[in-house]
Amino acid sequence: MTPETYRIQIVSILGSVFLIVFIIELIRRRKLKEKYAILWLLAGLAIIIFSIWRDLLDILAFSLGVAYAPALLFLIAIVFGVVIMIHFSVVISDLTEKVKFLAQEIALQKQELENLRKNEAESDPKKA
Amino acid sequence: MNRILIIIPAFNEEGNIARTVLEVFKIKNEISNTRIDVLVINDASRDNTYMEAKSTGAMVIDLPFNLGIGGAVQTGFKFALDKNYNIAVQVDGDGQHDPNFVPELIKPIIEGNCDMSIGSRFLVADKVGFQSTFMRRLGIRIFQQVNSWIIGQRITDNTSGFRAYSQKVISHCALDYPSDYPEPETVIELGLRGYHIVEIPVVMRQRLAGKSSISSMASLYYMVKVLLAIFINLFKKR
Repeated sequence: MTPETYRIQIVSILGSVFLIVFIIELIRRRKLKEKYAILWLLAGLAIIIFSIWRDLLDILAFSLGVAYAPALLFLIAIVFGVVIMIHFSVVISDLTEKVKFLAQEIALQKQELENLRKNEAESDPKKA
Repeated sequence: MNRILIIIPAFNEEGNIARTVLEVFKIKNEISNTRIDVLVINDASRDNTYMEAKSTGAMVIDLPFNLGIGGAVQTGFKFALDKNYNIAVQVDGDGQHDPNFVPELIKPIIEGNCDMSIGSRFLVADKVGFQSTFMRRLGIRIFQQVNSWIIGQRITDNTSGFRAYSQKVISHCALDYPSDYPEPETVIELGLRGYHIVEIPVVMRQRLAGKSSISSMASLYYMVKVLLAIFINLFKKR
């Protein structure tokens, strides 16, 4: 192998290590829930494996019948991206539902409280 | 004694809300052996809707931010469920629904003949009153077809929000009610669950003041969203 091909290997290993360190740092600062971090850590791990074991992509591409190996890389990346976006849509829908529920509860409680206060004031004018 | 809750969802309706509430108050003593309470749901209006509604002496629930008509009306169902009302009636805050029809709307429910009654502007002879614009009538026609295929009953006015609900339906809708454009979807949802739906002819009016929350571009989105929701509803776990 020529030195040029090593260069891209080093860059991609560094890149994936940086991604993993970044994710761990986000968890440490409590900016990212472990639940979501697992997905990204796995992604980082996959990139590291592909960067170190360069033949893996060719082996996979050959066994799947993909003529141009890098295309498989794009496919994997796109599929991962789509899956994670669907996952986020699910999470957002769930959160939207919960936010709606909370807003309704708050509004109902507020009305109840106002009502109680009003009744209290009416039954005991001295307090009001 | 029947306890009836009139739910009035209102978003930016300062010009109509007080008048609508007062109109409802007028029918309070018209139905014997019933107590009618009025609950306005202020869906985080940016105008003076809240104070206008308060000034009438009606109960007012003030949502912390805008939930859309479905989320607002559902808040009313939750209130009705919690306070044990027998019947809930939805009257929109824009003045299109004439409260004088409320007694007719709740009659089949009091008699135990149905679970939801819908006030239909299309059952009125000679097309009296507000019949909506061409585009909307087209959409309404499509809902008529789709919904009658699915539930085997022809509902003429699927988008009408002028409705009365039985206690059973109140407890169902308190837990599960669509967020936006809930009316046509609810017909399917309740129809498929075997709830009995009837329509009552009502004369609808043009909104008194302000403007509709559904523009013409939004009408298209309305159609697509509702048809998709109806379609998905067919496959929903129940």
